[in-house]
Amino acid sequence: MTKSELILRLAEQNPHLYQRDIERIVSTIFDEISGALARGDRVELRGFGAFSVKERAARQGRNPRTGESVSVPEKHIPFFKSGKQLRERVNRRQP
Amino acid sequence: MARSTVTRAQLSEAIYQEVGLSREESANLVASVLDHISDRLSDGEAVKISSFGSFSIREKAQRVGRNPKTGEEVPILPRRVVVFRASHVLKDRINQVLSSRLGERTGT
Repeated sequence: MTKSELILRLAEQNPHLYQRDIERIVSTIFDEISGALARGDRVELRGFGAFSVKERAARQGRNPRTGESVSVPEKHIPFFKSGKQLRERVNRRQP
Repeated sequence: MARSTVTRAQLSEAIYQEVGLSREESANLVASVLDHISDRLSDGEAVKISSFGSFSIREKAQRVGRNPKTGEEVPILPRRVVVFRASHVLKDRINQVLSSRLGERTGT
C-alpha cells in the first residue's frame, strides 16, 4: 500500500470528508512524526509502535574500494520498534 | 537531554489545528491511519509512505535462544517482525537539524 492508496481507503470510509482534507490529514500525521524526530523527540503510538532517533558516533571508516581511510561524522538514525499489539497482529495470520 | 514524547494525542491535536475537524474525529482518523497500516502489514503487504519511509514484514526462521537468567535453551519459534526503513528525505531532515545542534552541544 502506498500513501495515495491509504488516502483512497480513508476517503471511502469517510465520504463526508473532502479528499483534499484527507490528504492534509495524512500529511499532517507523517509531518508531525518527522518533525518530532528531527527535534530528537520520541514518538510513541500505543498499540502501533514507537519511533526514536539513535545516535551513531563519529568514526574512522574506510573506502572499501580504495582502502583509503575516511572520517565518518556523527549521524542520527531514525528507528522504529513495533508495539505489542502490532507484533501480535502480524503473527496471528500465518500463511 | 530532556526530550519530550509525541503521542496519538499530539497527532490528533495537529489535525484539529490544521484541518479543523473535531477533536474526536481527529483522534479517530489517527487511529484509522494506524489501523490501515497494521492491516496491510498483517496481510504481509509492505506500506510505503513517500518522503517518510516504508514498513515491511520480515520472516524470521526458528532459532535456539537462551534464557539469560537460567542459561536454559529455549526454541524461538518462526515469527514475523515489522521493519521500518526511513526514506532519505526523513534521514536528511533528522541529520540536518540535529547536526546543526552539535555546535551548541560541544559549547556546553
